[in-house]
Amino acid sequence: MKSTVLKSTITGLILAATSGTAWADKADDTLNVAFTKELENVDSYFNSSREGVVLQRAVWDGLIYRDPVSNEYMGNLATEWEWIDDTTIEFKLREGVKFHDGSDFSADDVVFTVNYVADEANGVKTQRNVNWMKSAEKVDDFTVRIMLKENFPAAIEFLSGPVSMYPSDYYEEAGPEGMGLKPVGTGPYKVTEVVPGQHFKLEAYDGYHDSPKGKPSIKNVDIRTIPDVNTQMAELFSGSLDLIWQVPSDQAEKLAARDEFQVSNESTMRVGYLTLDAAGRSEDSPFTDVRVRKAVNYAINRQELVDALLKGKSKVVYTPCFPSQFGCDEDAAVEYEYNPEKAKELLAEAGYEDGLTIDFYAYRDREYAEAITSYLNAVGIDTNFKMLQYSALREQNMKGETVVSFQTWGSYSINDASAMVSQFFKHGSLDYAMDDETLEYLNIADSSTDEAVRKENYTKAIERITEEAYWAPMFSYNTNYVTTNEVEYTPTADEVLRFTTVSWK
Amino acid sequence: MLQFILKRLGLAILVAFTVSFISFSLLFLSGDPAAALAGETASGEDIEALRRLYGFDRPMLVQYGEWLFSAMQGDFGESYYFRLPVASLIADRLSVTMILGVCGITFALLTAVPLGVIAAIRLNSIIDRVALFISVAGQAMPSFWFGLILIVVFAIQLGWLPPSGTETWRHFILPTIVLGYYAMPAIMRLTRAGMLDVLNSDYIRTARAKGANETRVLFRHALRNAIIPVVSLAAVQMGFMLGGSIVVESIFALHGAGYLAWESIARNDLPTVQALILIFSMFYIVFTFLADVLNAWLDPRMRSS
Repeated sequence: MKSTVLKSTITGLILAATSGTAWADKADDTLNVAFTKELENVDSYFNSSREGVVLQRAVWDGLIYRDPVSNEYMGNLATEWEWIDDTTIEFKLREGVKFHDGSDFSADDVVFTVNYVADEANGVKTQRNVNWMKSAEKVDDFTVRIMLKENFPAAIEFLSGPVSMYPSDYYEEAGPEGMGLKPVGTGPYKVTEVVPGQHFKLEAYDGYHDSPKGKPSIKNVDIRTIPDVNTQMAELFSGSLDLIWQVPSDQAEKLAARDEFQVSNESTMRVGYLTLDAAGRSEDSPFTDVRVRKAVNYAINRQELVDALLKGKSKVVYTPCFPSQFGCDEDAAVEYEYNPEKAKELLAEAGYEDGLTIDFYAYRDREYAEAITSYLNAVGIDTNFKMLQYSALREQNMKGETVVSFQTWGSYSINDASAMVSQFFKHGSLDYAMDDETLEYLNIADSSTDEAVRKENYTKAIERITEEAYWAPMFSYNTNYVTTNEVEYTPTADEVLRFTTVSWK
Repeated sequence: MLQFILKRLGLAILVAFTVSFISFSLLFLSGDPAAALAGETASGEDIEALRRLYGFDRPMLVQYGEWLFSAMQGDFGESYYFRLPVASLIADRLSVTMILGVCGITFALLTAVPLGVIAAIRLNSIIDRVALFISVAGQAMPSFWFGLILIVVFAIQLGWLPPSGTETWRHFILPTIVLGYYAMPAIMRLTRAGMLDVLNSDYIRTARAKGANETRVLFRHALRNAIIPVVSLAAVQMGFMLGGSIVVESIFALHGAGYLAWESIARNDLPTVQALILIFSMFYIVFTFLADVLNAWLDPRMRSS
């Protein structure tokens, strides 16, 4: 609360102190952007941050492109593709594409990239993005086949997202470290300068192919890492930044009230939820009783949380996945409307008429987590609030030591339910339900190439998970993008800032 | 004297290793480094793979021994987060922090010592009260608040200075003032108190009675003695500025070693944290040592002790 007051005061001070400012960099065609987080490595296979995804989409291309609005798959470095069998996809590649270093793109690059990233020994950071691929082989210079380890229908989605194509000769020599310092791709922007953790300069690539991503409209993009949001705002006011994003809602509201700035809000795929220890992995979990799990679900006023805290395009979520994801059937989910009386009844039925006390864990968004605990307290579930570093909480989660924790999951912008529901309900170390029936549905859904079969089984899994109230899904997150009035940008729901769609007014 | 210095140095190195060992153990217990490394999107399998890859599954003492052996040869390993050699990563960041630290302590000394002296000479005057007010304000005002006020006034409203970054010397002006102002009150008060103490002492009275020039009394006799504790304090403050300029570096996006340390702890980037702890503790030790030497020069009595 104190920090919110402080933040508002600081924002107010900055706002009060400023008047109309002249924006400098439209003249030299440079878009000045701030990242809050230091990026560990620009090589997209060796970072797992949102900022890394933004650079990945600007610097490299994948074989396939998914339109972020229509969700339609289109050819990018591939012009067409075909499933040869359940575990083989053949791609016809686009001819005449050149990497930023002038080398030609061909089947050899795809073969090298896939074989490199699929090999666990090479240590790609987010293994899930690549470990479904076994290998790739060249058919001819512009035809290539990717072999999967097993049936994996979400392959096309992954190939349209985190799987970028690298220049084989260059990458073989430079490796992740060299690629991180001097990135080379086929993407709409080439990197002209990298100062690790501090600064990235991009320049529109003149030779960019006819990609569905579109050609850049702004020639230069200058990205600086500025950790403090207030400083970002000061830079915005002083005219040395044109675009900032991930701006907290209270500050975004104040900026929106001013004429010099444009605030756009868009939802993201990140979903906030409570995990409840239904499997009894921790000692004395009250959540082995379905009535207590349901009580938690009834106790929380999700809409009020969205309206008061998250704001923007966040919405209430009842599914254990983000609704736009393939297979995430909202109608299948049991919707636990806010009903504290019902929650109290269920607790009484379960033998907790005098209430109970639990350890409640969280690792981010303290204000959301605290608001959630206040709803729980109101129905008689007292909470010992424990805010931990992410790594510490993750470790405890994996060891099965947390009875209830507030978690979030962004699915790495993969628009497929497998990226979320299957991540947590397939008896892995983070599965607190350990439900065989759910596992069975997910195994079918994750491995079938028949869309109807996939949908049907995800639906059954969602029905099962929500009927049993294994989780208490809460809400989706949103992001605020603030630009000066000179900049035109319409954000997309996958929280990928695409510089090709930014333009001057 | 030489034996004394060598003894002190030996002890200092022992302190540095003890600090590094304790911090190594504590960091190890603070959370799963593999989970921190893998990031939020990783699955349990990703984390297990990283644990094996980096050898986190081995006993902690073995890991510490290996690190120490390499560190003594100047090899601090590779940052888990940046995948760059820690030595070069820190070298880049340390230069920013060093510039900031040196400028900060210089600013603090140049403002605090004269102010302290004048306040002591003109005890209970307006100048004394103003000096005390400045000192109380400096102690009471959080650095992030003061930093933002300066940004609002000098960067946004007046447009004289850049709000953040390290591109030119102008970028260092505001952070220097904020960091220096944080160290200044303690130095000012100590100088004032020291001067008051010394000015009331017998030998000053004797010097005056002998008809010594007042400027000579103040600067040759009084300040030279009053400054001795200030030297020790400034050394400690300098050490603090190098390790603890996190807030200032964060507000002004300076990307120095202090902010790197803070972020590296949050990311469980053990090689970077270890190297920084060792370097920062060495700085403290070196500055304290230098302060002792300087004090011995200022006060001959200390040389014999």
